[in-house]
Amino acid sequence: MITIGVLGLQGAVEEHVNQIDSAGVQAIIVKKPSQLNEIDGLIIPGGESTTMRKLMDRYGFMEPIKTFFEQKKPIFGTCAGMVLAANKLSGDEKAYLELMDISVKRNGFGRQRDSFEADLSIKGMEETFKAVFIRAPYADGVGVDVEILAEYDNKVVAAKQEHVLVSAFHPELTGDDRFMKIFIDMVKASLKEADLKIC
Amino acid sequence: MEKLLGTETVKRGMAQMQKGGVIMDVINAEQAKIAEATGAVAVMALERVPSDIRAAGGVARMADPRIVEEVMNAVSIPVMAKARIGHIVESRILESMGVDYIDESEVLTPADEEYHILKSDFTVPFVCGCRDLGEAARRIGEGASMLRTKGEPGTGNIVEAVRHMRKVQSQIRKVSIMSDDELMTEAKNIGAPFEILREIKRTGKLPVVNFAAGGIATPADAALMMELGADGVFVGSGIFKSDNPEKFASAIVQATTYFTDYELIGRLSKELGSAMKGIDISKLAPAERMQERGW
Repeated sequence: MITIGVLGLQGAVEEHVNQIDSAGVQAIIVKKPSQLNEIDGLIIPGGESTTMRKLMDRYGFMEPIKTFFEQKKPIFGTCAGMVLAANKLSGDEKAYLELMDISVKRNGFGRQRDSFEADLSIKGMEETFKAVFIRAPYADGVGVDVEILAEYDNKVVAAKQEHVLVSAFHPELTGDDRFMKIFIDMVKASLKEADLKIC
Repeated sequence: MEKLLGTETVKRGMAQMQKGGVIMDVINAEQAKIAEATGAVAVMALERVPSDIRAAGGVARMADPRIVEEVMNAVSIPVMAKARIGHIVESRILESMGVDYIDESEVLTPADEEYHILKSDFTVPFVCGCRDLGEAARRIGEGASMLRTKGEPGTGNIVEAVRHMRKVQSQIRKVSIMSDDELMTEAKNIGAPFEILREIKRTGKLPVVNFAAGGIATPADAALMMELGADGVFVGSGIFKSDNPEKFASAIVQATTYFTDYELIGRLSKELGSAMKGIDISKLAPAERMQERGW
């Protein structure tokens, strides 16, 4: 039995929970840092990154999430989650969790009037994926250990580095759960690895 | 890889990203920065907050574009702005400025007493007020991508927002258990587009996000609206008409996220100073009730 937690401070929490549920995996909403001990993978959802940042600071999420990361437990950040996971932010904004060797431009694609949908080719998927971008960021710098999963307009919009996955778009807003399954598989693989180590 | 702008998913999705958050009314860059720093998910750029609109009287219009622009330049969070009900051109102006969301709002003096804007014609998403499911469904039918209760703006009195949220929720529950052959008559009775009502019956919920607005003045008010099923809250006059806007704003943000942690909300409510002075709704003349605007 695996459990995936969705950080539930603000944003599209329910949408992620529904998508995890329908993939037959247990999902819980994480509102307190202590709940990180009950989960095998963490999703940082779309929402307002500045709001989430404030609440994560105030309720002491920073260190527990870093510990979670160091335990090699998978983390998936969508949109705001990608902004929070980046090692670097362009402009004068300070990076936050620093979980992935990417530099991210917040609202890189622009304001709401520039928000869009597009059929995206994603590495490992045969058919294209309908990606929904809302005031979306993109990665304008990517470290050598980062695997690029998708680009739009020559900008990196999905990537993976070891046990961290990010997307600039919102897989939770469509009925297509193929992207979520990438993460669920990462969680399953990490549990298998942890089992092997105990043996 | 064709790029589709302003689709229903993109417009409704923007509101989904605001869930669990607080949208604050601001009248200048300084207030906008305070709102952002205290954790607002968006700001509503206005010339006057609703309680001052009430006090000033006269015709309330779209804010001076300079104020909207000033706020847009000051913060990185989304910026919303209000247009008068039915005022197509005010909305087009705000859209052309790149505002992230337009509130077709009863807080301003209506420009059209018969028709609302056909919001599906716009690339920018709209939020509209509602007092019941019929009104909610009509606005969705016109293309609203987000709803909010009307409440009674600028009063600091939560009673109307509670009434409207309870009404919408109980009507959703009623529709959910109706038999298919009862639905058309219900649509007729409440003035709701049939197809939208059918979707609500099928899913058991509104197809768009529904926030609470109109009278939220304290952290406990915000938490109450979340408890009653709101997806988030708008706070208008409540923050910058309080004694200590920073503390108030931060406390309301936290109370909205942790709306069932009563011990926390109690702690947050201590030493906040005075909330805005409220108005007893029954003392308002019918003509002063903003919630009656919109059809």
